[in-house]
Amino acid sequence: MVASPAAPAVRLRGIVKRFPGVVACDGADLDVLPGEVHALLGENGAGKSTLMNVLAGLYRPDSGEVALGGAPVRLRSPRDAIRRGLGMVHQHFMLVPTLTVAENLALGLEGQGALLHRAALEIAVERLGRDVGLPVDPTARVWQLSVGEQQRVEILKVLHRGARVLLLDEPTAVLAPPEAAQLFDALRRLAAEGRSIVLITHKLDEVAAVADRATVLRRGRTVAAGLAVASTSSEQLSEHMIGRPMGRRLARSAGTPGEAVLEVRGLEVLGDRGALAVRGVDLVVRAGEIYGLAGVSGNGQRELVEALAGLRRPAAGHVRLDGVERTGSPVAEVRAAGLVHVPEDRQAVGVAPRLSVAENLALGGVPAGGWWVSPARLLADASTRAAASGIELPAPATVAGTLSGGNLQRVILARELAASPRLIVAAQPTRGLDVGATEAVHRLLLDQRARGAAVLLVSEDLEELLCLADRVGVLFGGRLVGELAAPELDAGRLGRWMTGAS
Amino acid sequence: MTWPRVVFEPRLVPSPWARRLQPPLALVLGLALGAVVLAVAGLSPLAAYAQMATGAFGSFYALSDTAVKATPILLTALAALVTFRVGLWNIGGEGQLLLGAWAATGVALHVLPPSTPAVLFLPALLVAGALAGALWAGGCGWLRARLGVSEIISTLLLTYVAAQWNAFFVFGPWSEGGFPLTPRFPEAAWLPRLSDAAATWPALSGLTLHLGLALALAAAAFVWVLYERTRWGFRLRVEGDNPRAAVYAGLPLARDLVLVMLLSGALAGLAGAAEVSGVVHRLQDRFSPGYGFSGVIVAWLARLDPWLAVPVAFLFGGLLVGGKEVQPAGIPAMLQGLVLLAIAGTQVLVRVRVRVAWREP
Amino acid sequence: MTAAEAGLFLTNLLAAGVARGTPILLATLGEIVTERSGVLNLGLEGLMLVGAMSAFGVAHVTGSAALGVLAGTAAGGLLAALHALVTVALRADQVVSGLALAFLGGGLAAVLGAPLVEVRQAVDTLPVVAIPGLSDLPLLGPVLFAQNVMVYLALALVPLVAAFLRYTRAGLHLLAVGEHPAAADSLGVRVGRVRAVAVVVGGLFAGLAGASLSLAVTPGWVDGMTAGQGWIAVALVIFARWDPWRAALGAGLFGVLRRLPLDLQGQDGLAFFQDPGVGFFLNMLPYLATVAVLVAGSRQAVRRRLGAPAALGQPFERGRR
Repeated sequence: MVASPAAPAVRLRGIVKRFPGVVACDGADLDVLPGEVHALLGENGAGKSTLMNVLAGLYRPDSGEVALGGAPVRLRSPRDAIRRGLGMVHQHFMLVPTLTVAENLALGLEGQGALLHRAALEIAVERLGRDVGLPVDPTARVWQLSVGEQQRVEILKVLHRGARVLLLDEPTAVLAPPEAAQLFDALRRLAAEGRSIVLITHKLDEVAAVADRATVLRRGRTVAAGLAVASTSSEQLSEHMIGRPMGRRLARSAGTPGEAVLEVRGLEVLGDRGALAVRGVDLVVRAGEIYGLAGVSGNGQRELVEALAGLRRPAAGHVRLDGVERTGSPVAEVRAAGLVHVPEDRQAVGVAPRLSVAENLALGGVPAGGWWVSPARLLADASTRAAASGIELPAPATVAGTLSGGNLQRVILARELAASPRLIVAAQPTRGLDVGATEAVHRLLLDQRARGAAVLLVSEDLEELLCLADRVGVLFGGRLVGELAAPELDAGRLGRWMTGAS
Repeated sequence: MTWPRVVFEPRLVPSPWARRLQPPLALVLGLALGAVVLAVAGLSPLAAYAQMATGAFGSFYALSDTAVKATPILLTALAALVTFRVGLWNIGGEGQLLLGAWAATGVALHVLPPSTPAVLFLPALLVAGALAGALWAGGCGWLRARLGVSEIISTLLLTYVAAQWNAFFVFGPWSEGGFPLTPRFPEAAWLPRLSDAAATWPALSGLTLHLGLALALAAAAFVWVLYERTRWGFRLRVEGDNPRAAVYAGLPLARDLVLVMLLSGALAGLAGAAEVSGVVHRLQDRFSPGYGFSGVIVAWLARLDPWLAVPVAFLFGGLLVGGKEVQPAGIPAMLQGLVLLAIAGTQVLVRVRVRVAWREP
Repeated sequence: MTAAEAGLFLTNLLAAGVARGTPILLATLGEIVTERSGVLNLGLEGLMLVGAMSAFGVAHVTGSAALGVLAGTAAGGLLAALHALVTVALRADQVVSGLALAFLGGGLAAVLGAPLVEVRQAVDTLPVVAIPGLSDLPLLGPVLFAQNVMVYLALALVPLVAAFLRYTRAGLHLLAVGEHPAAADSLGVRVGRVRAVAVVVGGLFAGLAGASLSLAVTPGWVDGMTAGQGWIAVALVIFARWDPWRAALGAGLFGVLRRLPLDLQGQDGLAFFQDPGVGFFLNMLPYLATVAVLVAGSRQAVRRRLGAPAALGQPFERGRR
């Protein structure tokens, strides 16, 4: 922590940035002092990433000023920003998977001559890693590294270029709690050397753990600037973030689980690289119950969900739906058996972007009734589905690609839930959604549970699982390492299981 | 000092008027670039274009000739666009057309006796052509669906194979008198043409427009109905828009891709069969001046819309007919290439808004 | 056929095969560079034709084959620049633009090269140079060391391209741009510029390939003389898994396949092959073999999931996730 009379390392004033259909930043301000860890808070869609991308030179603001070390600057490109000592560590890593760590660090370096000096570079990288406390193997190819190790490479990348200001975008989204603690140690060490760290996050406990001051964005504007973390409570911070006092948790009745709908025994599934991603998982989901699958992304969740949904053949094990053997059954078959899949990557695989909402509601096939399909018929089917699922939908003629995340998820849910499914497999259903949309999804899932459906909820958000699930299992390294039922749900134990500690 | 910078702003929704403007714009641009090349080659562009226009549209005979050329082009354009709409690139319509012509010739000369009545003969050879084309394309479709082999390359390479295949028969076992052509088909195997009715309507004498055009127009209607009003067509539209989402929704993507390729090949094969049956009534070596390739360009220029493909096919038919009137011989091919390039270049207008911004350096 | 005759047959076949495979090799090398940067250029056929026509035309007019080669190379690069403009600057669909180039190149070459078809008098062609000493080696001698200069040039370019990709900074940037352009962009690598240059370089290679066709292999100019070699080159890139050394191997094999029908027909002892009908089927071999190669390549690729540059075929726009 440093006293404030020094000129701010970074000053942003009145930054405005528009994209087609949305204003990401609407007059945002930020002051960051040298030697401090500054948290940039806000909900999904508040404009935090956009603001940081402006600082990283990736976007040019439509208006507003940027000043570094007291002097106004115009950042024209990422190269510009790097030259001025700004280093961004992106949430979605900017690493080339097929190149080695050293090669990734060599990209874009200036004034280095035409030939690559691999050996020298590898030595330098290794030394840097040791010095900072984030060691990596410089000869490893990035795709071979774990997510945590990849993040280290990202940090070393910006340090190697002499970054004085580090911008980290949701760095702990991919880390288990102990790894996050290790990261924070490294950050505090870097700040003590006089560097400034800007930490984008929406997790309030992290702010308390590592930040000196915090700025809150809401809807693209700064609503609270430079709050001293030590003297601000989490309630105050979250009120700034959502603009109203925190809501209560959704009421959830005790629930009466029925017979087993989904039975998984000894499931083994191969990942994309040929190694086992799911290593023998046993679980049971009953009718009228929500089973939460917790764990950091990358521990086999995706492969497990794909195996259940019929998108990936299991290597071994059994999957039974309502007692019927469905191991390795294709998508159409499991759907016919009453399984619906709400996919993780909504935009990429959940929607046909150039078709309308009405057409998207019929994505899996127009309901029976002859081979003639007119626009009028699609419209009628769309209204039926909307009514059946009880979800408020955007206008049927809207082009699906223009929908916001929340509306898109509504369409997907209306589509999947209209047929009264037996089992709902929902993967990260509230990722990227604002509070209102998230609440709506939670309510829907609870309604389905009350209706007697079985729900398998895969989520990285422990809060969400604690709120909704009747039982929670933790997936780590492709295995179910622990399971707790509702009365005993404990974030601490679950968190430890998520990192592999027993 | 400020200086202008061209800024591309991606649009949220493709602009509808830009979409409609793109084909004529690409056409004009292509012709303009072609004029430049002609000038460089020492020819007068205006004179050449004028000659081509009169040659193509200047009289009833010209219009009839243009319609005759437009028939296979329309069919191959439909063949191309049914695959493009599902995200497949069937560029080998030319080869499928050649094989369809071969199959029709086989039926006309070697399978059915010459005394067969036309009402049996014609459907038989048309169906044979369609089947041959379907199999030729379907094989590539299967390779793509099962093994991920690029259909762009496989359909194109098979075009060269088809050319050698036809050449073998035309120079060898089916040759008439050692010349690179087959004997004439029996008259019952000739597609009826307008001039057949010249006895009753003398005005029709000399007009070679044949029934193939009616088949092509019917095919256009069929394709439209298929994609816009049937259940299978709806599925294809979804698969074309986002194949991954289609798989996640349980749609049989691989099977549909093969079926679409079969349909595509059938259309192109039909073009070949209609061409040999309706125009010269025999199979000749290299009888096609690249109808299949023109069809691909027409499909794009028509924005993958079967109805728009009709007038555009006529335009390109006119290009071929008119191109015969001017030297050198490569002008139609060159213009087609330029128009295609212009299509690619003007695509950007649909997806982005172009602005000129005054900026500080 | 005696052992000596068989040996002679094989030597001639391989030597001619390497020579015939040179244009394909050059085009494939260029396309490897282009595709490694993430851009698909399907217009090789048109670029080669334009290169062949320009090279022959300029050699005819100036009397110098060397100038012809330069002209052919430049023509390929110029035409490819159009592709770069449309796909990189305007971010249009790479497949459409590439095909446009293929048709355009063919048409342009036909239109501008029409007066060249009647050229009968000898044009200065590229010389065959036998390397003293090495060319006397059995089998390897005539095959690798008594060849046209273009063959030597092409064979020299293989290690050069490989070294460029592995040992230079520019090569590293090229690979990064083709695999993860957003990452390269975030570090200040100018993605658009790298891709545009890669496309033009690919075009230069294709033009050079055409020049070698009309001034060394055939020589002469006939409309459509590439007969699909441009397309075979595109397929070979996949077979070679974007590696210059494997490309050399593949091109050599294809040269031999193209040459084989001619040599078989020339053998007195093999009357079967002199039947013109058989000739047509033999001509199909290179194309069918290419498809077979794609099939074989695809099985490996499907199993190993390695190979294609990850961003191949996708236009890059900053700010889009």
